[in-house]
Amino acid sequence: MAVRDYLRERFMPHIWCPGCGNGIVMNNLIRAIEELGWNKNDIVMVTGIGCSARISGYLDFHTLHTIHGRALAFATGLKLARPELNVIVPMGDGDATAIGGNHLIHAARRNIDIAAIIMNNQIYGMTGGQYSPLSGYGAKATTAPYGNIDQAFDIVELAKASGATFVARTTTYHVKSMIEIFEKALTHKGFSVVEVLTQCPTYYGRKNKIGDAVDLMNYFKDRTVPIGSKKKEQDPSLIERGVFVDEQKPEYCSEYAKVIERASKG
Amino acid sequence: MKKKKEHRINREWCKGCGICVEFCPKEVLVLDEEGKVKVEHPDECISCGLCEMRCPDIAIELV
Ligand SMILES: Cc1ncc(C[n+]2csc(CCOP(=O)(O)OP(=O)(O)O)c2C)c(N)n1
Ligand code: SF4
Ligand code: SF4
Ligand code: SF4
Repeated sequence: MAVRDYLRERFMPHIWCPGCGNGIVMNNLIRAIEELGWNKNDIVMVTGIGCSARISGYLDFHTLHTIHGRALAFATGLKLARPELNVIVPMGDGDATAIGGNHLIHAARRNIDIAAIIMNNQIYGMTGGQYSPLSGYGAKATTAPYGNIDQAFDIVELAKASGATFVARTTTYHVKSMIEIFEKALTHKGFSVVEVLTQCPTYYGRKNKIGDAVDLMNYFKDRTVPIGSKKKEQDPSLIERGVFVDEQKPEYCSEYAKVIERASKG
Repeated sequence: MKKKKEHRINREWCKGCGICVEFCPKEVLVLDEEGKVKVEHPDECISCGLCEMRCPDIAIELV
């Protein structure tokens, strides 16, 4: 199938700003699903609220556009009821780590078979550029005109510590590795977290004087390195990308099925 | 060698962000006077597919 065949074309062109990284994530998520040869009817996409969360409206899967921060809660219920479906939950960094932070760590702790994709643009795009838990110290935002004094989360470390069994990071510049990582995350049995550094030229780029979409993508290219790179030893401020965790642990729905079996025996 | 492909461009969807133009390894693409992508040097194209993958608006298809 062509990439377009996965879209609800009646809603295109999409609402995202010119150069918004959310579109690159959508583009390559489709390519990963196409590579896997998955049937659209076996996929459920659940999202919360945010620019990024609007992705569920454009894709021709079963889709739920729910409430801010709670996509994983809806997805957990859905996956327990229909464990045979492939559940994908794309989220913004605010959606995933601010209002939805608790859902994220507990879904990871339970190791439920859901793929969480965090489109990290380091800001609240939809509501006008307020700082998020990923903006980081010194960043500028509508709500931090003199510079942010909050430290940022590290999504990879957070996911690892919470028990996610697949954890990876990529960027919108590194599209080929993005596709490979998505394929691994989607087929992984257990909770997977993929952080995608994603540009918001309209707010993050402008507020922080980094520039437009191309400048932000150049920033991802220059400021990230593959895991274990020598360059990182010389410059610890570089951000690592790649697969950090890929392991097997008992999965929540499978364990729950065993409980049902035990209870049915009486 | 990879089979040579042609660009199918969706002008209605292209928002002129310039990502495909900037990151094409062979400088094949430009933005035209309406700010939409145009294939200026088709002979230089190596069909690597990066423009298609990096377009946020799914406005380029290589066929
Ligand atoms: C319960 C609730 N609180 C607050 C909001 C307002 N709100 C909508 S989107 C959003 C944050 C968006 O940022 P992020 O999740 O990072 O996504 P982005 O728009 O950057 O993709 C907020 C605070 C809301 N819709 N619901
Ligand atoms: S405000 Fe930012 S995140 Fe939202 S669509 Fe525009 S560029 Fe994308
Ligand atoms: S990347 Fe896509 S939207 Fe941007 S200029 Fe190229 S074709 Fe147009
Ligand atoms: S396929 Fe590769 S070489 Fe050809 S225009 Fe696109 S980015 Fe350039």
